[in-house]
Amino acid sequence: MNLNLTLVGQAIAFAFFVWFCMKFIWPPVMQALQERQKKIADGLDAASRAARDLEVAEKEADETLRKSKQEAAEILEQAQKQANQKLEQAREDARLEGERMIAKAKSEIEQEVARAKEDLRAQVSRLAVLGAERILESSIDEKQHAAIVDKLAKEL
Amino acid sequence: MAGTNPTPTEYIQHHLQNLTFGLHPDNGWSIAHSAQEASDMGFWAVHLDTLGWSVGLGLIFLWLFKKAANTATTGVPGALQNFVELMVEFVDNSVKDTFHGKSKLIAPLALTIFCWVFLMNLMDLVPVDFLPMLAAKIGAMFGADPAHVYFKVVPTTDVNATLGMALSVFGLIIFYTIRTKGFSGFIGELTLHPFNSPNKLVQALFIPVNFLLEFVTLLAKPISLALRLFGNLYAGELIFILIAMIGLWQLPLHFTWAVFHILVITLQAFIFMMLTIVYMSMAVEKH
Repeated sequence: MNLNLTLVGQAIAFAFFVWFCMKFIWPPVMQALQERQKKIADGLDAASRAARDLEVAEKEADETLRKSKQEAAEILEQAQKQANQKLEQAREDARLEGERMIAKAKSEIEQEVARAKEDLRAQVSRLAVLGAERILESSIDEKQHAAIVDKLAKEL
Repeated sequence: MAGTNPTPTEYIQHHLQNLTFGLHPDNGWSIAHSAQEASDMGFWAVHLDTLGWSVGLGLIFLWLFKKAANTATTGVPGALQNFVELMVEFVDNSVKDTFHGKSKLIAPLALTIFCWVFLMNLMDLVPVDFLPMLAAKIGAMFGADPAHVYFKVVPTTDVNATLGMALSVFGLIIFYTIRTKGFSGFIGELTLHPFNSPNKLVQALFIPVNFLLEFVTLLAKPISLALRLFGNLYAGELIFILIAMIGLWQLPLHFTWAVFHILVITLQAFIFMMLTIVYMSMAVEKH
């Protein structure tokens, strides 16, 4: 256990190692550590920001969905209302048309009946004249008696 | 073991002798062939094994960490970078917990101390005969007497190594004290504590007492730092050597002691680092 120059050599080696470590090892490792720390912090930050954004977007989407549902319901209601209106109108139209047609048909029938009555009257008068001619054996002046028959026919 | 069967004493002494190269009064610059020759060399000698292993291990440490530092990315780290970052963060946290001043030196200093001392201590786990026998074989190839090739593998069992580091730390303590408190502050710290008095005359009487107490405290720092590490590792090594002498039963015993020694190895490296940080923070902090 002699104290000798080894001591000095060891001290020199020690000084060199410490210097080397201080110069070339510590700074880059520390820098890498700090940079990674920052990177991770940034990443966590970004993640929380993204989560917040997602929440906002979800809320927005919900809102939009709700609004559009409401709008759709409104439109549907309006359409139904319109359809009802149209249906009502059509029904009314149809009723009026029907009534009109019925009235027309009634008047036509009346006309027809009147005409038939007229015809019948004419024919009856002719038949009566014919009958009278037959009875009187053509001794009667047709023209003279036509007025009488007409009068008769009108009374029918 | 090299050569003929040595007695237990010879065996132990052989294991505790460093490979010394120095200026012998009779032989000039040469490698010592015996413990006597080594001690005759006095101060002008170096322990080749201590210096070789410590510098080699230090270079391994620097190489490993430099490699990791070069390829350090902010992305997903590899295994080596992970390990290096773990060590750096561990040391950085230890420094931040204790040392509140600002210094670019303290943290790398602590990292170097921890890793280097740990690696040097780690050599203790290599079975005690492996490397010395290898050295003896190599020595024999170069024509040396294998019995006189000494080789001590664990640098921290050499008090020169631990004292070299402790004195460097001591120098830094004094440097930092003077830098933050000025030379007068340094002297004041040595002479005006722990006893002081508003009375100038009483204070003057206190100064020698204070100086005696504080100077011993100051000197105790590097010496305790060096001897603690040295003592622990030297004792551990000695027990490994004793275990190695008992034949076949050494295997379970060696294993048990090695497992226990892992704790000592790490702990001593940590203590050396921690005490350095504490001393440095004491040097920088104002009372």
